[in-house]
Amino acid sequence: MQPFIRHTGIAAPLDRVNVDTDAIVPKQFLRKIERVGFGKHLFHEWRYLDYEGTRENLDFVLNKPAYRKATVLLARDNFGCGSSREHAPWALADYGFRVIIAPTFADIFYNNCVKNGILLVALKSDEVESLFQQVIQKPGEQISADLEKQIVIDPAGKQYRFDINPFAKTCLLNGLDHIGWTQQFAEQIKSYEQKAKKERPWLV
Amino acid sequence: MAKTMFEKIWEAHLVRPSQGDTAILYVDRHLVHEVTSPQAFAALRETGRSVVHPEKAFATMDHNVSTRTKDWSLVEKTSRLQMETLQKNCKQFGIKLYDFSDEHRGIVHAIGPELGITQPGMTIVCGDSHTSTHGAFGALAFGIGTSEVEHVLATQTLQQDKAKTMLIKIEGTLKPGATSKDIILAIIGKIGTAGATGHVMEYAGSAIRKLSMEARMTICSMSIEAGGRAGMIAPDETTFEYVKGREYAPKGGMWERALAYWKTLPGDPGAKFDAIVDLDANTLKPQVTWGTSPGQVVSIEDKVPDPESFTNPVDRTAARHALKYMDLQPGTPMTGIKVNKIFLGSCTNARIEDLRDAARIVKGKKVNKDVQAIVVPASEGVRRQAEKEGLDKIFKDAGFEWRFAGCSMCLGMNDDQLKPGERCASSSNRNFEGRQGPGGRTHLMSPIMAAAAAIEGRISDVRKYL
Repeated sequence: MQPFIRHTGIAAPLDRVNVDTDAIVPKQFLRKIERVGFGKHLFHEWRYLDYEGTRENLDFVLNKPAYRKATVLLARDNFGCGSSREHAPWALADYGFRVIIAPTFADIFYNNCVKNGILLVALKSDEVESLFQQVIQKPGEQISADLEKQIVIDPAGKQYRFDINPFAKTCLLNGLDHIGWTQQFAEQIKSYEQKAKKERPWLV
Repeated sequence: MAKTMFEKIWEAHLVRPSQGDTAILYVDRHLVHEVTSPQAFAALRETGRSVVHPEKAFATMDHNVSTRTKDWSLVEKTSRLQMETLQKNCKQFGIKLYDFSDEHRGIVHAIGPELGITQPGMTIVCGDSHTSTHGAFGALAFGIGTSEVEHVLATQTLQQDKAKTMLIKIEGTLKPGATSKDIILAIIGKIGTAGATGHVMEYAGSAIRKLSMEARMTICSMSIEAGGRAGMIAPDETTFEYVKGREYAPKGGMWERALAYWKTLPGDPGAKFDAIVDLDANTLKPQVTWGTSPGQVVSIEDKVPDPESFTNPVDRTAARHALKYMDLQPGTPMTGIKVNKIFLGSCTNARIEDLRDAARIVKGKKVNKDVQAIVVPASEGVRRQAEKEGLDKIFKDAGFEWRFAGCSMCLGMNDDQLKPGERCASSSNRNFEGRQGPGGRTHLMSPIMAAAAAIEGRISDVRKYL
């Protein structure tokens, strides 16, 4: 996994609440058996006018010239709700997004992003609103996120502190191999299994 | 200290508590399907890792299957590759697969309970958000991503942070026409689609105790639609009666031991929850969604709300977007909205009881001539049982199409999809934009409400058919 330490990039404002993972990557693109190549399907139904994805919807925020190279996504409450599909973070990462800032995120989506090197920053609603206003008024402005210091810096240079689960932080900073990390506790897993076998033998 | 059911199950599965990092939680059963697993198996191969407990995993194919035929003829090429990949992976890693043609195949959340794989007190995970369904048995069950699927296959554990707890107390007795689907839709309407984020929800109260296992599964399945990490219901005689005798259920002396343990699972009196929500079952009316999020829901007696009536600007904008997408005007009565499609299906509402109830509504009547109505049983087992009871004939005589099992039009990954602009009365769980097909419009409701809509060709109050 690609580590995340800090990132600065153009921020695009996606002004929708409850953006679900069906909207992030629709079902017709879930038939792949690989992890790569989902970026072109990101927000397919909003981004394109036709089912085939050949005609861009120029009203959609990511198709506006100033936001085309965005790597930071501003979003509203409950971003990533719905289906557990990891194809959603695969699509966001493949498109180029490294940071998503919103007031709240859905649980499964949050875990999936940590596994894919995407930093999710939860800020207060009024702070997110302020970022929205800045990048709407001055399209193409950049926002920075520094994971070590746990701060976001807006185009005017103002800093916003954010909280993050310490383990998620470690995972992102080091691009941690999650399975490898758990496997260092193989002995504990084994002794748990022996104990569980005695206590609840019908589960074996 | 008094403990909630969630805390008991959590502690019983804790391999290693968090030491400022993350807890490691043991997984008893891992359900696998064709869409969210191929990349996990591929990664195991790349890293030279193995499946540590193939006997604790059970696989089936449900999302991609055609419900029109039992062969491959209508399965799209990439869907077929995904299904064949699952066959190959299960064979290589020694995982039990309920294959395309297996008589027990069905939606993963239907066959787990049917086969007795799902039992009280277990931790159950699957790469599918509706895994919360299994919580109806007093299990801790939740959806995971593909990287976590890989993690479970390789270690039989998950890295987890302990969730908060939310008690949903539902007291009273449902009036005729109100169902467990209406309970969960009303709860989501009340707390919002992020209302339970970070929480495991436990549904309790006199209204829950009276529900069958099928009805309880409906409620738990949609916990994720309230943002819940999981949903659960304490096991009782109804639960034990359901599990007993099923293929993977404990037998003989082992059954007695399991039963004694399961009876210790319900939360202790006085156990504290982080949040409590109440709902009155006595006054609950049939619910129907008007928007593109399950929380955008009203009773059948209500009208499409005016976006300007929402005080929160975010809700107001969301309502405007939703009404534009749904092509609805504020103030339109919910009864009378014309529909083109009826979908009786999904892991939420296509079990035998759902089909029995819906069949009772349509018996001797005809599906409206402007409507296409399909019944997609949740599993092949449900389909056979329904046929034994003659329900297929009731549906077919009324003009419904009687299909084979699968996820079907709940998410439209197979050949069952809404066309742009079509409007569907659906017993499924998500009304997101494009969920049932690009440009399609979904109104979520109970199976009996969907049955009433089939007859009238418009959203209707099922209570007049009772």
